[in-house]
Amino acid sequence: MREKIIIGLAAFAGALLAWNMNTIFTQLPDELNQGAIYRIIYFHVPANILGMSGFGLGMLFSIGYLVTKDLRYDALAASVTEVSLVFASIGLATGSIWARIIWGVWWAWDYRLTSWLVCWLIFGGYLMLRRAVDEPNQRARFAAVVSILGSVNAYISYKSIEWWTTQHPQPVLSIRNGGGMAEGMEAPIWWNLLALACFSTILVMVRMRQESFAREIDTLRRMAHAQ
Amino acid sequence: MWTIAAKDLHSELRTKEAWNASIAFSVVILLLFAFAFDPSSDQIREFGSGLLWMTYAFAGALVLNRSFARELQNDCLDALIASPISSAALFVGKALANFAMLFAVELFSLPVFGLFYNTWPPHFAPLFLVMVLGTWALTIIGTLFSALTVNLRLRELMLPTLVYPMMIPVLIAAMTITTNVLAGNAMGFGVRFLVAFDIIFTTLAVVFVDTVLVG
Amino acid sequence: MNALEISDVWKYYGDFPALREVALNIEPGSTMALLGRNGAGKTTLLRIIAGLSRPSRGSIKIQGADAREQSTRQRIGVLGHGIALYDELSAIENLTLFGKLYGLPDPRNRADEMLERVGLSRVRDGLAREFSRGMRQRLAVGRAFLHDPEVLLLDEPFTALDDRAIAVLQSMIQSMRDRGRTIIMSTHQLREALDLASHVALLQRGQIVHTGERTQQMLDDTGWLYRTYGDN
Repeated sequence: MREKIIIGLAAFAGALLAWNMNTIFTQLPDELNQGAIYRIIYFHVPANILGMSGFGLGMLFSIGYLVTKDLRYDALAASVTEVSLVFASIGLATGSIWARIIWGVWWAWDYRLTSWLVCWLIFGGYLMLRRAVDEPNQRARFAAVVSILGSVNAYISYKSIEWWTTQHPQPVLSIRNGGGMAEGMEAPIWWNLLALACFSTILVMVRMRQESFAREIDTLRRMAHAQ
Repeated sequence: MWTIAAKDLHSELRTKEAWNASIAFSVVILLLFAFAFDPSSDQIREFGSGLLWMTYAFAGALVLNRSFARELQNDCLDALIASPISSAALFVGKALANFAMLFAVELFSLPVFGLFYNTWPPHFAPLFLVMVLGTWALTIIGTLFSALTVNLRLRELMLPTLVYPMMIPVLIAAMTITTNVLAGNAMGFGVRFLVAFDIIFTTLAVVFVDTVLVG
Repeated sequence: MNALEISDVWKYYGDFPALREVALNIEPGSTMALLGRNGAGKTTLLRIIAGLSRPSRGSIKIQGADAREQSTRQRIGVLGHGIALYDELSAIENLTLFGKLYGLPDPRNRADEMLERVGLSRVRDGLAREFSRGMRQRLAVGRAFLHDPEVLLLDEPFTALDDRAIAVLQSMIQSMRDRGRTIIMSTHQLREALDLASHVALLQRGQIVHTGERTQQMLDDTGWLYRTYGDN
C-alpha cells in the first residue's frame, strides 16, 4: 500500500513537472529585463517555500515529541528537517546562480539570501547533532530543543539581517519579482510547488521508513548486547 | 544558584585553564588581524567593532566549552543533578559564572584592542552596555549548549557548530552598535533588539534546561 | 508509608526496554541488596531512583513524593561509580560546597565533623587531586553521607575500595542502619553486601525476578540466588 502511494505520487509529480517544464520552456516568453535566466525562479521560489515551511513543521513535530515522548514524532521532525535542508540548498544554489547571471556576483548580501544561509547553518547543525548522539530518546530530546531554539533564532535572524542590510548600501534587486508578474508567468510557480511538494512527501516517507528500520536495528543491537 | 556560580569561579581562579587559553587566544587574534589589515585609523573605524566582537565570540567559546565539561571529571555532574538544586538554578549559576569570566576576558582584551588599533570610544558607558547585553546573549546560548553537548563524543566540534549560527543576530546587533559607539554616535535601535533577544532566550533556556539535563 | 515505592517502571533506550515492569516496595529501615549481572539494569534503576533520569513509564515514590522533587532529593544520598569531587578544591571546600547545596545550616562545621569521621581531618586543606585513591574514596563517602540522608543509594560501593575505605564505609552504613535509615545497594560483591542486607532483589534482563528477605542460605552459599534463577 505504502509503495503504491509512493509510486502514485512520483508518477503524478513527474508528469506535472514534465508538463510544467514544457510550459516554462516552450510557451512562456523571455522576461523583459532578465532574459532567459528568470526561469530559475520556478525552482528557486518553490524550493524556498518548501524549505521554510519544512523547518517550521519540524519545529512543530519537535514540540510534539517533547509533549508525547513518542519517537515517531522525532522521526517525522528529522525527516522533514532533512528534506527541507535539501530544498534550502537548492534555494541557495539557485539564488546564487541567479545572482551571478544578473549581477555578476556569486553572492550578494541580500538579507533574504543571507538569513536563509544562517537558517541552513542552524539546521545543518541540527543534523550534525543527530549524528553525534547514540541513544534514540536522548537524540530526540536534544534534537527537539535545537529545532525549537533554532526555529525561533532563524526567525529573529531574518529580522535582524533585514535590519542590518538596510543599514548598508545593497544592490538594487528583487529576487522575487515583487508583485505584478505578467499574465501566465506566475502560475507555473505554483504548479512546480505542487510537484516539488509531492516529491518532498515521497522523500519524507522514504526517510521515515529508514528511521523505523534504524530504530529496529538499534533495538536488536541492544538486545544482542544485553545477553 | 550563587553557590554554583561561586564554585565555578573559585575553581577557575585556582586552575586558570580557561582564562589563560582565552586571554592568549584573544591577544593572538587581535595581533593576527593587525597583520591581515593595515591598522591605519580610518578603516579601523569600520572594521574595528566587527573585529572586537569576533574576538570576543571566539575567545568566549573556550570558556563556554569548559562550563559543563568541568563537571565530567569524577562524575560531578551527576552529583549536582542529584542534589536538591533545581536544573534552572544550576544553569543560571553556571551562566552567571561564565558571564563573569567572559566579561573579564573582554575587559582585558579591550585595552589590547585599543593599543593595537588606536581606537578609543569617547564614552565608555555605552560600550559597556553593549558588552553586557551581547555577552549575556552569548553566555546564555553557550551555556545551554554546553549542557547539551557535554556528554557527546564530539563536544568541542558540536558546541561551536550549534552556537555560532545562533549568535549571528546578536553579533550583528552588537557590532553595529559598537561601530556607532566608537564613532561617538548614538547607539541606535540595536539595544532594544539585544534586550529582547536576551529576554527571549534566557526564558527559553531556563525552560528547556531540565529536559536537556535530566529528560 | 514505604520508604520506596517503585511501580510498573519501564525504561526504554530507543525501543529496547532496559527495565521492564519493575515493581518494588522497600520498607523504611531496611537494607536492600540489588543483585544482578552486568547489564541487568541495576545502574539504570538506581539512576532513576536518584533522580538522574526519568522512567519511560511508571513512577518512583520516595517517602510518598516523586523522586525528582526538591524535598525528596534533599533526603537522598548517592554514592556512584565516580567519586563526584572537585579535584581543584580542597577536602573541606568540597564538603562545604555540598553542604551548601544540601542546605545544611552550618556547612563548614558539618564538613569538619565529617572529615573527622572519615579520618581525613589531617589533610583538611589538601586538594582532592593530591589525595591517594583510598583517601578520595573516603572523601566521597563523606560527601554522600554529609547531609544525613534518610535514603541512601549505593552503586557497587565496595568495588575497588582499599581496606581502610571499606572499613569506614561499613561503619557508616552500620550507623545508618542503627538509626533506622533505608539503604539500597547494588552489588556484585555478594559477601559484603549480603552481610549488611536485610532484603535482596534480583534483577535479570531488566526485570525483578526475586524479592524477599535475605536468608541464611544466601549467606552460606552466595551463588545460590543466581543459580536458582538460571544466571551464572
